[in-house]
Amino acid sequence: MIRALHRWPGLLALALLTVLALSGAALSVFPAAERLGVTPAEAGLTVAELAQRVQKAIPAVEQIVRAPSGRITAYWFDGGTPGSALVDPSTGQAIASADPNQTERWLINLHRALFLGDGGRIVTAGGAAAMLVLALSGMVLVARRAGGWQRWFARLRGPLSGRLHVEIARIAVIGLLLSSSTALWMTASTFDLLPDNAAPPTVLAEPSGKTGIALTSIQQLQHTPVNTLRELSFPYAGDASDVFTLTTESGITTLDQGTGVQLSWAGLSTWQRVSETIYMLHTGQGAAALGLVLGLMALGVPVMGGTGVILWLTGRRVRPKIKGNVSAAHAETILLVGSEGGSTWGFAATLQAALTAAGQSVHAAALSSYDPARYAKAQRILILTATYGDGDAPASAKGFLNRLARSDTPAAALAVLGFGDRSFPAFCAFAKTIAAEAAAKGYAILLPFDTIDRQSPQDFARWGQALGAALDVPLTLAHQPILATTQSLTLLSRHDYGAEVQAPTSILRFALPKTSLWQRLVGRGISRFQAGDLLGILPEGADVARFYSLASASRDGFVEIVVRKRTGGLCSGQLLALEPGDTVRAFLRHNPNFHAGRDRVPLILIGAGTGIGPLAGIIRGNHRLRPIHLFFGMRHPDSDFLYGAELSRWQVKDRLAMLTTAVSRGTKPHYVQDALRGEAAQIARLIRDGARVMVCGGREMAAGVAVALTEILAPSGLTPAALKAEGRYVEDIY
Amino acid sequence: MKSLLTALALTTALTLPGLAMARPVTLTTTLNDYGGNGAYLAIYVTDPQGAYAGSLWMAGGKSKYYPHLSDWYAATSGDTAQINGITGASVGAGRSLEITLDLADALFDAGYTLHIDAAVEDMRNSPNEIAVPLTTAGASAQGRRYIASFAYGL
Repeated sequence: MIRALHRWPGLLALALLTVLALSGAALSVFPAAERLGVTPAEAGLTVAELAQRVQKAIPAVEQIVRAPSGRITAYWFDGGTPGSALVDPSTGQAIASADPNQTERWLINLHRALFLGDGGRIVTAGGAAAMLVLALSGMVLVARRAGGWQRWFARLRGPLSGRLHVEIARIAVIGLLLSSSTALWMTASTFDLLPDNAAPPTVLAEPSGKTGIALTSIQQLQHTPVNTLRELSFPYAGDASDVFTLTTESGITTLDQGTGVQLSWAGLSTWQRVSETIYMLHTGQGAAALGLVLGLMALGVPVMGGTGVILWLTGRRVRPKIKGNVSAAHAETILLVGSEGGSTWGFAATLQAALTAAGQSVHAAALSSYDPARYAKAQRILILTATYGDGDAPASAKGFLNRLARSDTPAAALAVLGFGDRSFPAFCAFAKTIAAEAAAKGYAILLPFDTIDRQSPQDFARWGQALGAALDVPLTLAHQPILATTQSLTLLSRHDYGAEVQAPTSILRFALPKTSLWQRLVGRGISRFQAGDLLGILPEGADVARFYSLASASRDGFVEIVVRKRTGGLCSGQLLALEPGDTVRAFLRHNPNFHAGRDRVPLILIGAGTGIGPLAGIIRGNHRLRPIHLFFGMRHPDSDFLYGAELSRWQVKDRLAMLTTAVSRGTKPHYVQDALRGEAAQIARLIRDGARVMVCGGREMAAGVAVALTEILAPSGLTPAALKAEGRYVEDIY
Repeated sequence: MKSLLTALALTTALTLPGLAMARPVTLTTTLNDYGGNGAYLAIYVTDPQGAYAGSLWMAGGKSKYYPHLSDWYAATSGDTAQINGITGASVGAGRSLEITLDLADALFDAGYTLHIDAAVEDMRNSPNEIAVPLTTAGASAQGRRYIASFAYGL
């Protein structure tokens, strides 16, 4: 709902808002430029004194206007032609031409009415209303995406267009809220929808019919300081019925031109004052710095429009077409999808295709359309759903829980599969809620609740096997995530290790591929990554990718992975056969769970064998010299001490504070968990003080490390599980 | 070309008994090229004592800006009932406004004066831009600031 409220006003008003934002930004410069050119009046100068100086220098003067910037302009008529000049308040002399700025006038008429008069004003007001809706709905979306209002400035992930969109939005939204709401107020005021019209003046005295009082003899002018002046109009020469009109911050007064007596008075109402303040906030006239800030924020609008359209287009493209969908009433299998960005739809399409190929009749639909009364032939209901934010329903699952609560429990058996990212605390929370509510309502369970972490095709294939077994049909789910468009990587260099210990291992360094701006905007291509992210390699002769942890960041200017030859391994075999200049097909998969993070707490890195890869990348990128302790297990220092030379170099540069190695081959085998126990006291102290633990390597090693850390932490009352819950203990295991 | 076919029935001053006879009058106002947005013009009549008698036309639709037509505003307190049905668009710089309306015979050659107040956004107000006597012979005048020429004739 909120998303639709954000998308449609944004798309419909895109061109209009671009025009309004650009013209508004251009207009914001004028008050600031005017402010710079002002000759300030001396302190204590009265209107009487100023008027006399001006009249002496320009005898035909008929109006003196002081802008909120302090600029003073004199107007006169000379033989039917109007004249005007900026005036130096200390002399009353004209110092510069005050011709109305035609560019500014053109921009104002474009900005407020598109040159279309009242119709145009209504259109631009519609634009302001759209902007207001966009700002408010966008705020809700940013907060939901970040996981709460208090995380408003949380770090962003994902494609460049999405990041740009939100980065700009969360700063500019304040200005856009202010500009759009003040614009609506001003339009309402223009169309007389607000009671902010000037009050009629109160008559205090009748004109005397005399003329010719000296300006300095008029008391009212003597008592009005110049800095409260708005304008002073002189009576028309030779018209005895005309008067002086003095407008100040507090109101309008007319003065007799013969006696100087106050003839009438009209004060400003509260509504008028509010309207004036709003005018100032919107135009920056009298608040030039604020105007510039608002103008700068408005410049974000076209960028957000462009990135917003890209987000919308890519979001549409990732949703696949479902072929051969059976109607709800005739399908035996009901496949319901809760998807936010569309990737869960991709999995659903794979499942639907595989089930259909296996002879099942499948109805695939959005989770929000759930209606068991229509599922006349259904024997099973499969729910595939992502989670939005902190456990909310994703876009295509809105209202599902209500429908579930209201409907009768069908006979069909249910399986719930959650999609999510384990690095978020609310991993698959929405799917869990569905499973729990359905169980509470007495649904028959087809398969136990299961989850897919970070769109893992392996997890999905495994779940497919379980489903196939439950349905008693052969089911192979080979899901290729749609975003995995590969790029060609060229090998720059390789360092070989481990041949002597029967574990041929290589550090492979590839050139950073060229990515276009478009690829960066839509998040395709290997352009922005850090150590710990994953590189998917598509080996020749296979269509399922193998993932390797990246041992470099994009900042390093190359793509590096550590590969060990597996017996019979298709991908590792191909990789280890590469020579500099050879290429492979690869794509990037972000893995925020295994990033070092930007804080300064000490890191305890634990790895064995090729698990050193991302850890070495983290150390290489440690330019801020955060304390890092590395525990590294190898077979033999002469053969597979990966990154041996670099590690000593990084130690010299303080990027690595301490290196502890464990050697497993030899008379006394020593594993990395033994090395941890050897430093137990120091590790316990570091973790008590907030250090973060990152473990990378094989499953057995990780299990051994967990046991060792449990022992080490026991005296301080901490456990690896508790640290994991806090995100202070992360693993990358293969 | 604006045309008012019905007799003005706006104020008591213009609709006294015995004023049933009326004649069509054409007012032509041409503006200077003063280089600003469209001008608001208030066209109204004062009696021989100089008191407000009634309005003939208001060029400009937003009552919010009427205080800038200072004399007209002072005389009417901005009462929009005075210009109900005789309001049109503001007049662009360098453009002309031509209106034809039926005016009561009794207003001519009787000391009544026709006034025009003018105002332009961000430029100075110009009350009493035009002040000409109402006579059956017609009259023409030049304005003070914004009106290049004004003429009316029967």
